[in-house]
Amino acid sequence: MTNLTEHFPSRFLFPSRSSRAKLLVEANMRRYLRHRLLFLTGFLEPFFFLLSIGVGVGGLIGEISVQGEMVRYAVFVAPGLLATSAMNGAMIDSVFNVFFKLKITHTYEAVLATPMTTTDIVRGEVRWAMTRGTIYSAAFIVIMIALGDTMSWMVIFCLPVCLLLSYSFAAMGVAATSYMRTWQDFDLVVLVQMPMFLFSGVFFPLSAYPPWLRDIVAVTPLYQGVAACRDFSLGHVRLSLLFHVLYLAVVAGVGLVIATKKMTKTLAP
Amino acid sequence: MAFHLPSLFFSPKRALDVGMLREMKRKRKNIHPPEIFDGTLQPIVAAHDLVKRFDSFVAVDGIDVEIFQGESFGFLGPNGAGKTSTMRMISCMSPASGGSLRVLGRDPAVAGAQIRSRLGLVPQEDTLELELTVLDNMLIYGRYFDLPKKEILERTTRLLDFAQLSDRRDEKVDHLSGGMKRRLTIARALISEPDLLILDEPTTGLDPQARHLLWDRLYRLKAEGVTLIITTHYMDEAEQLCDRLVVMDHGKIVATGAPRDLIVEHSTREVLELRFGIDGHLPHVGGLQDLAERIEVLPDRLLLYVDDGDDALSMIHRRGLVPESALVRRSTLEDVFLHLTGRTLVD
Repeated sequence: MTNLTEHFPSRFLFPSRSSRAKLLVEANMRRYLRHRLLFLTGFLEPFFFLLSIGVGVGGLIGEISVQGEMVRYAVFVAPGLLATSAMNGAMIDSVFNVFFKLKITHTYEAVLATPMTTTDIVRGEVRWAMTRGTIYSAAFIVIMIALGDTMSWMVIFCLPVCLLLSYSFAAMGVAATSYMRTWQDFDLVVLVQMPMFLFSGVFFPLSAYPPWLRDIVAVTPLYQGVAACRDFSLGHVRLSLLFHVLYLAVVAGVGLVIATKKMTKTLAP
Repeated sequence: MAFHLPSLFFSPKRALDVGMLREMKRKRKNIHPPEIFDGTLQPIVAAHDLVKRFDSFVAVDGIDVEIFQGESFGFLGPNGAGKTSTMRMISCMSPASGGSLRVLGRDPAVAGAQIRSRLGLVPQEDTLELELTVLDNMLIYGRYFDLPKKEILERTTRLLDFAQLSDRRDEKVDHLSGGMKRRLTIARALISEPDLLILDEPTTGLDPQARHLLWDRLYRLKAEGVTLIITTHYMDEAEQLCDRLVVMDHGKIVATGAPRDLIVEHSTREVLELRFGIDGHLPHVGGLQDLAERIEVLPDRLLLYVDDGDDALSMIHRRGLVPESALVRRSTLEDVFLHLTGRTLVD
């Protein structure tokens, strides 16, 4: 007796695991082509910050000492804002848009009726959010160079740092979103994101803190990005860079695992 | 042998195969598919003792179902009977908690993505992207199957024509009516030219015109050889569309068969509906027992299951009873349903 199932493989042409996450990124891209303006706003925010804080506030402050070097305040603050743009870019999509598709439009229900799995959804969304964060960062780096707010050609290495930073924040963002129930839960995200932005060494060096607080700030994910970007922008290569990179990679991995588990529980109970 | 095994699983493209037609005829006569083709015919869906549990709640409680190629198969049952849970397991979107399940000959637990690449799903609630155009919805969905863009565009032209949405191609989905959205959801589910189309309550919430149009489209699909699985709690829908169906209640299958056979098996030829004013029908139940095989007490009326409705009505008149209104009709699937899902108070 011939078993029918033997004849199936040829009929089951379906996208491979690695290409499926890519297909989700592509779907997002297609959606955003219809809303180009949205793309602009995420980029303008850090740019306005650079103008207002770097040029405006920087004019009042003048030069400050960073790692024993005297630099304009804009040179100090720009890499911090660069890391922030990577974070914000990644968070917009991984939090708000994922929540929207998860709870409001039920888009993922439709996606899961295709060969896609929850793992593909999580990976695709994280990759897409990373892409967006990285695009903002790239544009920001161009502006930094144009305004002369960087001391070294090594500023280009900030791009891979921002890529990793975006990826980590996107993974954490999707993980956090998978636990959200209502719009009110977004306040919690803002509650974490805002202080991180204000106190992670973007605007002033950690030396402004008492030593015990310094150690706490030094372990926030954003600080890793800020420190790494600043080192490259000032042209310093240090061993601590390795730690920052490793730290962000671990955060990304943990975020992915949590997000996939929780999403599977929610979407495919 | 004239038929090669791979041609057993017809794609809609090859729908009007001779074998297909023969197969469909057999289904229409509701002869359970015999051991044809050397006994190698495998069901497209085979569930044995299938269970779905959510914590302590048992949504599907050990069901056995076999669905064959070209068949239009219905799952009927009241809300909460376990239909949607069953659909989600068959469409490989939710893992089974127990029993065995094979879809297109494979185990969803290990080959979910492969199976889904051959399925089309029309969920209970539309999951279209309202902000995007009809075309974009088709494009995005088709790409999830990794179909080339050119192929998707070609199929979209055909499918929108089929769904009578050709003139809406570039319109935002948000602007479509409920019936159009449903048809678009069906067109979208067909983008991968699936072997099996699963529809979860496809016409719930639609007006009669929209329902009839949708039925017509589903009937055409069926004629083209697409295997359909439909859940519904509309009995007329099941009678219209399903070759075979199961009635589910409390997670179990309480009856299986062709609509006509179920009516013969579980109901009488005719039904006499009697109204005696508000709550006036309740005192009459006892006195009418001998006239009917069975009496169903609904909140507003009595249903007397009889072989000859007019005969029974004249008997009632002879007894001096004057119902406010009386209607004689043929038994429908609804009567079977009321009987089987435990709405009967007097038996």
